[in-house]
Amino acid sequence: MLAIIDYQAGNQTSVKRALDHLGIPSQITSDPKVLMKALGLIFPGVGAAGQAMKVLSKSGLDRVMIELTSQGRPMLGICLGCQIMLEYSQENDTQTLGLFPGQTVMFPDNLLDFDQRPIRVPHMGWNTVAFKKRSPLWENLEPTDQFYFVHSYYPNPAKELILGVTWHGQDFCSVYGREGLWALQFHPEKSGRPGLTILKNFFRHCLEGEKNLAK
Amino acid sequence: MLSKRIIPCLDVRDGLLTKGIKFQENIDLGDPVAAAKRYYEEGADEIVFYDITASAEGRGIFLDVVENVAKSIFIPFSVGGGLSSVAQMRDVLLAGAEKVSINSSAVRDPKLISQGAEAFGSQAVVLGLDAKKVPVTELIPSGYEVVINGGRVPTGKDALAWAVLAEKLGAGEICLNSIDADGTKDGYELNITKMIAQNVRIPVIASGGAGKPEHLYDALSQGQASAALIASIVHYNQYAMRELKEFLRAKGLPVRIV
Repeated sequence: MLAIIDYQAGNQTSVKRALDHLGIPSQITSDPKVLMKALGLIFPGVGAAGQAMKVLSKSGLDRVMIELTSQGRPMLGICLGCQIMLEYSQENDTQTLGLFPGQTVMFPDNLLDFDQRPIRVPHMGWNTVAFKKRSPLWENLEPTDQFYFVHSYYPNPAKELILGVTWHGQDFCSVYGREGLWALQFHPEKSGRPGLTILKNFFRHCLEGEKNLAK
Repeated sequence: MLSKRIIPCLDVRDGLLTKGIKFQENIDLGDPVAAAKRYYEEGADEIVFYDITASAEGRGIFLDVVENVAKSIFIPFSVGGGLSSVAQMRDVLLAGAEKVSINSSAVRDPKLISQGAEAFGSQAVVLGLDAKKVPVTELIPSGYEVVINGGRVPTGKDALAWAVLAEKLGAGEICLNSIDADGTKDGYELNITKMIAQNVRIPVIASGGAGKPEHLYDALSQGQASAALIASIVHYNQYAMRELKEFLRAKGLPVRIV
C-alpha cells in the first residue's frame, strides 16, 4: 500500500483516483502509524509553502517524513511537495523540510518565451522533461512525452541531484532526487499516460525494495 | 517549451451534453463522461465543462458527472456555469475538478475571485470573461464591454480593465469569450484577445469563433493566447484533435500530440 500524505494541501484525492485507476492500493492519511506501514509515501501538494509548512510542523508530519525517508522508505514528492523537500522556499520566505540541499525560487520576470514574448507565470500547461540521468522513474517513457505543470516557483537543488530539466524561458529543474526519494515539479496524476507510467514506476520501485528487504 | 493548449468545451444541462450556438438553440449530444474520455484519449490538453443547468436537482446530477469524469480522465478539467459562492466552488473541486471558472458572479462580486484564490490557490480560479465589441467611450476605452448572463446583460465595464483587475485579485487564468464571434465559426476575436494577453501575465484562453485550424493558429500566434477553446469544430467530427495539433505543429507552434 502507498500512503498519500494528507496535510490539507489540495490534490491528494486526484492522486488517489489515479492510483485507483492503475489498481495500485493506496490510502490518504495523516496517521504516522499508517505511514510507517506503507511501502512508499506520496507527498502531494497544491498551494503555498508557508501554510503547508505550518500544517506539517503542527501535526508533526514533518518529523515523521524526515525519519521514514532517512530509514530509506521510498517517497515521491509532487509539485508543492517537491518544492518543500528542499531547505528553503522564497514563497512566503519559508524554511522547508531540508531532505535535500537547495532552494525553491520564483521564475525571474525578464524571461522570454520561444516567440520572444515574455513568459507567462504561472508556468501552466504541458511541457517536456529532458532526462539528465538514468532513473527507474523514466522506464517506458519517451523523450517527447509531456507532463502537466502549474507553478510559479521551481526547485533549485544541488546540481548533482538533478534528474530532469524543463525549459520555460530558461532551463529549470523539474525532477530531482536520488534512488527512492524523488521529487516531481509536474503533476503525474494529471499528465495522462506518461504521468500514470511514472506512478507505476514508483510503485514498482517500492515493491522491489520490499522484496529486497524480505531477502 | 510550454505547449499551446487545445481545450474542448462541453456544455452540460441536466447531466447531458448540449452544444450551444450563440448561447441559444441548444441541441442534445449525449453523455459528458463518454465525451470527456474520448477527448482525453485523442489528446485534449484539458477539458472545460460548462453547466447550464438551472435547477438544484440538476446541479446535484452535475456533481455526479464531475465525479465520474474525475475517475475516467487524467488531465486537468475545469467546471463553470452559475457558480456564485466559495462553497459551490469547493463542491466541484472536491468532486474532482482542478479549476473552477467564474463569470457573472465575479462581476457582481469581485471578492469572489480573491476568496476563491485564497481558499484553493490562484491556479484553481479561472475568470470567464464574456466581451462584446462596443464604440470606444471614456468608460470603455478598449472598445470591448463585459457582458454577463450568457451575453444578454451589459455591465458598463471595460473588458481589458476587468481582466487586469481580475489578475490582481488572484485569478490564475482568463478564459476570454467573444460574444460577437461565438458560434459564427469565422474565427476568434483576435483584437481583444491580444489586448488582454499583452496586459496580463497569467495565461489567456481564447474562446468563441473557431471554425477551422487556421483560426486556432491565429489566436495562439497573433492573438497571443496560451490556449484555444473549441467546441463544434470537434464535436461534430469536422476535425480530429490530432489533425488540429498537427496543423499547428507544422506552422511552428509547440503542441502536445499523444
